[in-house]
Amino acid sequence: MNWDWKVFLNDDGSGRTYLEWMFDAWSWTLAVAGASWVVAMVVGVLFGTLRTLPNSPWLVRLANVWVELFRNIPLLVQIFIWYFVVPKIFPAMKELPSFVLVVFALGFFTSARIAEQVRAGVQSLPRGQRYAGMAMGFTTAQTYRYVILPMAFRIIVPPLTSESMNVLKNSSVAFAVSIAELTMFAMQAQEETSRGIEIYLAVTAAYAVSAFAVNRVFAFIEKKVQIPGYIMAGAAGGGH
Amino acid sequence: MLGLDLSFFNWDIISKFVIKGFWFSIQLTIIATLGGIILGTILALMRLSGKKWLATPATIYVNGMRSVPLVMVILWFFLLVPAGFYALIPGGSNNRAEISAIITFVAFEAAYFSEIMRAGIQSISRGQVNAGRALGMTYSQNMKLIVLPQAFRNMVPILLTQTIILFQDTSLVYAIGAYDLLKGFSTAGKIYGRTEEAYLLAAVVYFVMCFGLSYMVKRLQNKIAIIR
Repeated sequence: MNWDWKVFLNDDGSGRTYLEWMFDAWSWTLAVAGASWVVAMVVGVLFGTLRTLPNSPWLVRLANVWVELFRNIPLLVQIFIWYFVVPKIFPAMKELPSFVLVVFALGFFTSARIAEQVRAGVQSLPRGQRYAGMAMGFTTAQTYRYVILPMAFRIIVPPLTSESMNVLKNSSVAFAVSIAELTMFAMQAQEETSRGIEIYLAVTAAYAVSAFAVNRVFAFIEKKVQIPGYIMAGAAGGGH
Repeated sequence: MLGLDLSFFNWDIISKFVIKGFWFSIQLTIIATLGGIILGTILALMRLSGKKWLATPATIYVNGMRSVPLVMVILWFFLLVPAGFYALIPGGSNNRAEISAIITFVAFEAAYFSEIMRAGIQSISRGQVNAGRALGMTYSQNMKLIVLPQAFRNMVPILLTQTIILFQDTSLVYAIGAYDLLKGFSTAGKIYGRTEEAYLLAAVVYFVMCFGLSYMVKRLQNKIAIIR
């Protein structure tokens, strides 16, 4: 096997090297993943909390439908639907760049998974916590704000870590609608240079480094917000 | 509002384009699940063996696979498996993408199944292992007769949930152009100029299958929970 890493210094035909192109692509990957993560957290926490409300069966049902809908359709199909079908229903969305559509798709897809974890986190708390809030005269909103959610968030940090790494990895599916991210770069650069092994190795390393960085950030957060004496349960398997 | 024409997807078109892809998706899911569980159990046993020369490679393999996007792995295998290999399989040269997809999914899912099996094995109490040893069982007898059957049984719901995720992920073979369920719909949609309807129907089919399966897993989980 003879390596040719100099391929990264070649011009890609538009005045930049393949290395520069790869870093551009890397920033697109991080942008898609970062924006989707924000959407997923906001929507996921909202619906996850709604699913645990004590006296609002309709809100619970609505949130359940949301989760089942976005969890049971493959991400790629959801991306195609956002790209091909949704702009037909709402013509105003035809103006949106495909980046935004992919962020919606990946964000909502992930929000269902995060909602599931938030629900599990809230329900894992002993009933006494909720009663304690009620006994203090808190409203439901106050109980959630000051008692339940701060606890639940700390409990679900480990599964949130792997879900956040999943957002990063899943952003690779954006290649399907021609976002210029890492996977798209790998496919195109491999075709142009036919040095597939070097290109794929570099891109794979970029993904692994990014995922590892996310992992470390969350490990740091987990340590910072840890509740003394409270054993954190790691979540087993599942997901990509 | 949309001008959708779903009636357009009649049985002729479904049997012509979709069925073939549907079978491939099912085949891929079943082979990857069985192969992934077997390979994954071996990896889990290697990691728990306490022998460094077995545990280290298994750990590197599992963590490596889990830190890379599936799409990249699909592309890797498609690129790396030499053409000579496909010639060995009957009909292989015509189905390169499909065969490469099967190999990829077994190799990739093994990493995820191995984590599930590892958690399952670790969930068996020490007393069970000690009881086996007290009966004079060897390490392998202990694993085969005491630990693995229980670990497997405890993990059935999680293994099935992973299978549902796997089934959804089979759509990613789009990257190498293998002919799966999604490809069936999108091909029909493209030929007849009905892209929107095709993707919507694909979404409905995936949804019905995954929702139905996860409902069944939930019921199974309740049943098992009573026994334990």
